[in-house]
Amino acid sequence: MIRSILADMTPDPAADRVVPPTGHTAWLTQFTAGVMAFLAVFALALSMAAGRLADRWEDALARTATIRISAPEDQMQVQTEAVLALLSTTPGIAEARALSDDEQRALLAPWFGPDLPLDELPIPRLIELTEDGEGYDSEGLRQRLAAEAPGAILDDHDRWRRPLAIAAGRLQALGFGAVVLILAATGAVISLAAKASLASNDQVIRVLRQIGARDTYIARAFVRRFTLRALSGAAAGTLAGLVVLWLMPSGGDAAGFLTGLGFEGFGWLWAWTLPILSAAIAFAATRATAFAKLGTMR
Amino acid sequence: MIAFDNVAYSYGGGELLSEVSLSLAPGSFHFLTGPSGSGKSTLLKLCYAELLPTAGQITIFDRDARGLSRDDVARVRRRIGVVHQDCQFLDHLPVATNVTLPLAVTRRETSAQDLEDLLAWVGLSHLAGAMPPELSGGERQRAAVARAVIMSPDVLLADEPTGNLDWEMSVRLLTLLVELNRMGKTIVIATHDMNLIRMAKSQVATRVLRIKDRRVQLAGADL
Repeated sequence: MIRSILADMTPDPAADRVVPPTGHTAWLTQFTAGVMAFLAVFALALSMAAGRLADRWEDALARTATIRISAPEDQMQVQTEAVLALLSTTPGIAEARALSDDEQRALLAPWFGPDLPLDELPIPRLIELTEDGEGYDSEGLRQRLAAEAPGAILDDHDRWRRPLAIAAGRLQALGFGAVVLILAATGAVISLAAKASLASNDQVIRVLRQIGARDTYIARAFVRRFTLRALSGAAAGTLAGLVVLWLMPSGGDAAGFLTGLGFEGFGWLWAWTLPILSAAIAFAATRATAFAKLGTMR
Repeated sequence: MIAFDNVAYSYGGGELLSEVSLSLAPGSFHFLTGPSGSGKSTLLKLCYAELLPTAGQITIFDRDARGLSRDDVARVRRRIGVVHQDCQFLDHLPVATNVTLPLAVTRRETSAQDLEDLLAWVGLSHLAGAMPPELSGGERQRAAVARAVIMSPDVLLADEPTGNLDWEMSVRLLTLLVELNRMGKTIVIATHDMNLIRMAKSQVATRVLRIKDRRVQLAGADL
């Protein structure tokens, strides 16, 4: 199999010359492969960014929880200390601490502004806890909190973490699906272009068969040509896509998802699998088309 | 080399050839005659497995034509040179490349001297670099003969090779084919040019086959 592929792709100027150059199919194939690769770069970037986002949410939210204490002002301190004491004896909790007034003010600042009079408002006290490796029994903890600090409510983020993770996962699948569809479309277009090329060279193929050329010899002239066109077109499209992604403004975590659209680390190398995949698809599509055509003649 | 045993060939619901039995012996020289549309080209195509019989059996180099795989067909055709009336060149390649095409597709090479000798034999040395559309009818036919013989085939089939040529050029082409026959090649020429046949009979022992009413007959001595 590999030997056959290598044989098909080994340069053979004499065989390549046998099939006349066909201008329109040449640039059409390269252009299509380039555009498709350009789009595939963005779909791949979207998929990988969504994956990173899902991982980040998972990591950030899965290991932490918040306990919200709503109690009359004179009981707030007592209940806070009771909860902290309870947490210190709860298995699976690595750390628990009450947020300071400054930290709570900072959390509320985006909605209420920086000059929030925290002392004058009945704001619940927040306790942030971090799981250890084993994790804790959330249902057991809820029951103990209800017994010892009636105003304390455990929020393990699961309520909103799950839909976010599902959404990010679906976005990742969508991006991957788009890459697959784009590559399939590339194969379909190259198949059509190869079919047109084979049809326009019908007489050449008949002459070659008549003088004793084997199907593999004839097919190779077309396969090599279309594979190299797809490879060069897709490489150019991928490069263009990567340049555009690289030029996109980076806003860091605070800027949200859109400015995070791109590749990180080895992710940049993943994009270069697209020209290789395009070439492989062109190879398979042209080979299948060529042999189908040759099968119609003796 | 090639034998037909009670062969029939039908096309479009009608029978074009019927009860054809013949044998092409090594080194023989055959003419195939008959009116236009009588099936001369079809019979030649059956000889190199371009077509398969609808009845009967064709044996090509001791192999049943129906049992040949696609690669077998390619191998068989390397032993059968064909000269078409329209020559069928690749017009984007020069004459020399067209002539050596059968070698190229089998990944063989020829020396420049051998190619020059071959082109000189058909009188086309000066046109090696010309493109096929630049050639006259006679030059095209001679180039087609050169391409047909470059693999040193056992059999050479020519379909109306002199159809577009004047008498002088026809004689020149016939001389080449007679020379090939003297080298031991089996020659089959489909033609309705009786003068050409008479000219050949004066130079070499020939069999003249005539297609009449879908059947192949041995032509009489009147030729």
